[in-house]
Amino acid sequence: MIVIDAALGLLAVGVLSAMVRMVKGPHAADRAVAADLTFFAFVAVVALLAVRLEEQALLDIAVIATLVGFLATVALARLVHREER
Amino acid sequence: MTVLEVLGGVLVVAGAGLIALAGVGLLRFPDAYSRMNAVAKAATLGVVLVLLGALVFKPSWQSGVAVLVAVALQLFTAPVGGFALGRAAYRAGTPLGSATRYDELEGAVERVRRGPDHGNG
Repeated sequence: MIVIDAALGLLAVGVLSAMVRMVKGPHAADRAVAADLTFFAFVAVVALLAVRLEEQALLDIAVIATLVGFLATVALARLVHREER
Repeated sequence: MTVLEVLGGVLVVAGAGLIALAGVGLLRFPDAYSRMNAVAKAATLGVVLVLLGALVFKPSWQSGVAVLVAVALQLFTAPVGGFALGRAAYRAGTPLGSATRYDELEGAVERVRRGPDHGNG
């Protein structure tokens, strides 16, 4: 299972760079994009944990997380637009 | 190591690597729009590859259905989300990068905001 651990490490790199961009900004749009990448990485992490912990129910969580991530992205887009009008 | 495990490992590492590369693009690209480009494309393909890799690792009917639904939803919703973000960013007046040569939508937001009576296009 060392392959899964390596992939989880790569995903951690992605989330960390998203966090750096989230802190640095400089605009609301940059922060929304960083949140978008975090959602993607979260779905991937849940799918990998389903294999790592041998828990098939986690794959159902990946489906739900996909939907929630899409709704969150659209909500963030509306927020970006409203904020500076 | 069976053949399935090798194939699943390749898929999973490739997908996670794509998401890490999207993170690198998020850090290094000059403006919000090119960062959206990196995230919307690389991260979408990365998630799809990781999900397929998870299915190859533990093949079963239940996880197959869940993974196929998740992949289809991801492929449908990720471009829509990226488009909504880009449109909102432009309408909010997020500046373009300094390397941008021309902007075909210049003034379009103002024209729409003034209403159809005043603008001519």
